[in-house]
Amino acid sequence: MDGGSSRPRPEPTPGPDAWTDASLAAALFAVDPRGTGGIALRALPGPVRDQWLADCRGLLPADTIRRRIPLHVTEGRLLGGLDLAATIEAGRPVAELGLLSQSDGGVVELAMAERVGGATIAQLCAALDLGEVVLERDGLAMRLPARLGVLALDEGCEPDEAVAPALLDRLAFHVDLTPVSVHGVTDPPYPPETIAAARQRLALVGISDQGFDALCGTALALGIGSLRAPLYAVRVARIAAALGGRDQVDDQDLAAAARLVLAPRAQVFPVPDQPPDRQQDQTEPERQQDDQPHQAPESPDADESPETSRETRDQPLADLVLAAAQAAIPPHLLARLRLGTLRRSRGQATGKAGALRHASLRGRPAGVRRGDLRPGDRLNLIETLRAAAPWQRLRRAELRELGRRPRIEVRRDDFRIARYKHRSETTAIFVVDASGSSALHRLAEAKGAVELLLADCYVRRDRVALVAFRGQGAELLLPPTRSLVRTKRSLADLPGGGGTPLASGIELGLALAEGVKRRGGTPLLVLLTDGRANVARDGTGGRTRAAEEALTVARVVRAAGMAALLVDTSPHPAPQAQALAQAMGAVYLPLPHADANRLSAAVRATAGI
Amino acid sequence: MPIAFPFSAIVGQDEMKLALLIGAVDPRIGGVLVFGDRGTGKSTAVRALAALLPKIRAVVDCRYGCDPAAEPDALCADCRSRLAKGPLKSHQVQVPVVDLPLGATEDRVIGALDLELALTRGEKAFEPGLLARAHRGFLYIDEVNLLEDHLVDALLDVAASGENLVEREGLSVRHPARFVLIGSGNPEEGELRPQLLDRFGLSVEVRTPTDLETRVRVVRTRDSFEHDPKGFAEQWRRKDAKVRKGITDAQGRLASVDVSDEALGQAARLCMSLGTDGLRGELTLIRAARALAALQGSPAVTVPHLRRVAAPALRHRLRRDPLDETGSSARVERAVEELLV
Repeated sequence: MDGGSSRPRPEPTPGPDAWTDASLAAALFAVDPRGTGGIALRALPGPVRDQWLADCRGLLPADTIRRRIPLHVTEGRLLGGLDLAATIEAGRPVAELGLLSQSDGGVVELAMAERVGGATIAQLCAALDLGEVVLERDGLAMRLPARLGVLALDEGCEPDEAVAPALLDRLAFHVDLTPVSVHGVTDPPYPPETIAAARQRLALVGISDQGFDALCGTALALGIGSLRAPLYAVRVARIAAALGGRDQVDDQDLAAAARLVLAPRAQVFPVPDQPPDRQQDQTEPERQQDDQPHQAPESPDADESPETSRETRDQPLADLVLAAAQAAIPPHLLARLRLGTLRRSRGQATGKAGALRHASLRGRPAGVRRGDLRPGDRLNLIETLRAAAPWQRLRRAELRELGRRPRIEVRRDDFRIARYKHRSETTAIFVVDASGSSALHRLAEAKGAVELLLADCYVRRDRVALVAFRGQGAELLLPPTRSLVRTKRSLADLPGGGGTPLASGIELGLALAEGVKRRGGTPLLVLLTDGRANVARDGTGGRTRAAEEALTVARVVRAAGMAALLVDTSPHPAPQAQALAQAMGAVYLPLPHADANRLSAAVRATAGI
Repeated sequence: MPIAFPFSAIVGQDEMKLALLIGAVDPRIGGVLVFGDRGTGKSTAVRALAALLPKIRAVVDCRYGCDPAAEPDALCADCRSRLAKGPLKSHQVQVPVVDLPLGATEDRVIGALDLELALTRGEKAFEPGLLARAHRGFLYIDEVNLLEDHLVDALLDVAASGENLVEREGLSVRHPARFVLIGSGNPEEGELRPQLLDRFGLSVEVRTPTDLETRVRVVRTRDSFEHDPKGFAEQWRRKDAKVRKGITDAQGRLASVDVSDEALGQAARLCMSLGTDGLRGELTLIRAARALAALQGSPAVTVPHLRRVAAPALRHRLRRDPLDETGSSARVERAVEELLV
């Protein structure tokens, strides 16, 4: 990106620098916070982010309500609920507004957005979708307006630390300030009066049919599935026109919308499938024409020929918009798109979300539930008293009838049990190749590793299981357990030798892993093999088919998002085993003389326990 | 409440729209699960349906909206005592479509003591919850896969028995709660518990359209709706009225739609070849085909009806075969191609 530093207005090519675009996004957001959903701002705390935030706040009208949502906000605080003090004083239910309805008409800032939990994200998304908060809590049923914009402050560093996709989808702008240095920071070229004028003008701004086509076409060419993206792009184009004092969206506005809304969402690098290089009237090297999105193979039902009327469309405009978007794809994203390593809907989101479970005793507090106090539960005293408070008048009256002296009456119904969240227990499922000559050795080491894992007191809360495969099929030797005694007994005498039904082994391991996952645990598949399969799933021999089947099952493991570790036990690292690990999405570990100590260490490292 | 996007203005997503209509024609089918990509208009469709449902008759002054034509034991306690005194008075009401928002507390879902009465007059009175409000209507859970476990438990219990039992502060209340569950969600956010999955009669998968024409149409209709919701809704009022009449007519025809032994046999064979567990799949398949026939005004269930509803009725009941990479939808389609000709 070249630094054409403080350009007054952005031009389609080459793209303005990151700071200029970030300022433009702030201005566009300030014109219509609710309509644009908001901004996901990726930046570490520092002068650049502070300056941007100050600019953004300065652009919003002075009386705009701004609220900050802390990382571990409680549901009651976010949505609202019963205001206990006021309720008791007034002698009737008094509702307390939550952060979301308090911010109606304004902006909420979401701190450390990359770490915000699923429940809070879902509440925010619901508020963004409906423009209101639907409250069904503490005996209150209300719908309260909550028309707001969100500033999600993403402080993630690693690529996989990011704002939840569900929220990202609902925020028009994804701004990345990481590449901006302090020296690139300039004053925003948008005085508040311009913003106010744009707000007035916004409802009048029109957009042409070609504009719709160009934005939708660009979104499609970039492989963006969600229809919210083009919808936001249309809105942003309108706002850009209003900001520029125009009543009709022009090319610049479309280009700005494509750059700010569509480019950061790109899933594929647009590839031309018509080779003729058309005459290029601009200096930009990669002007390309989109025709078919280079989409993931998941669109078998391409309906009736949609391409027919494409030719008649205003190609230059569509090209222009696509080129603008393309030039603005962030460099790191671009690199991954070129390598084709960006997969849509990575399983990790599900994996991590599923790994958090409610448990009754350990972990981070996660609210309360009503219920009977059973041994091992922890009573949340404050919440219990809160729950009891509104009923005191009723209960005192009852007591007086019985002739007893009134006092604070806490009953079983009030009990609020603290709920905790923790990472669920890990079940390491060993799938061991018990075929051939080295079987006995491998099995013995696997056995050793299993016992070491169990013996390790820190890990004792976790469980292990063992599957062995040899001859015609796979066998579950040890169902998930945490009992050392039982393990020793069932591992005492293990058969070895025969063919290698690798696919059957992985399949059984996967079935076991899915069972663990369904019960709320986190499975880890540990496969010990040299990757040389020679028995197919139906028990017949044949290297080629056996290997193909093994790879297929391995891909299913990856698709299911299972964490896996492949330990290559062949004397020299084997290509088959590497290929298998790749197909499984597994960590590959060549360990020719798989010794129990190193093995158990590797398992612990992979499981993060 | 904000103006809902008109049902008839929804572009594409035919399977989802059909499943919702079938669910509205025959509530016994047991609800619809809409699972799919982000930004495909899942919630929009459900909220649109709510605005369009035909009215029903309910007992006057009944807090649970009891059906005046119901058997006495399907009525709430109040209505039973009313019935003892004479015939029930009834009036027309809107079919309830109740939102179960995320973060709802258990007391609001299943019902609890009336807080206001307790505070102001020191009286004990039952205040019905969302389940009571949804009786004879729809209970909509957006992001159903994010619902708290203890709420899912309560929900499953009531959905299975059709009755809600609440014990609070020595007060014991039992009331009917028969509702159609509508759930929507994004599979990437988490799986659904098999028990909950099984409660849904039909399941549809929504995908974002991949052709430009449709996508442009979606964005433009949505844009003009947002520009002027009232005017837009007015434009589509007559089309929506037609859909509404379609539902009412189909409900009237439903009982007279003939299901031949041949159709039953075909449905059974299809379920057997797919290995769908239990009778629920078969029953749902037949009921959905019958509702579809009623919607289309056909006198009997025929093969095309079965073909059309096979995937939504069965795809969430298949057992997974790890080596078969084709999704469950494709497997149902394959079986349909082989068996239903």
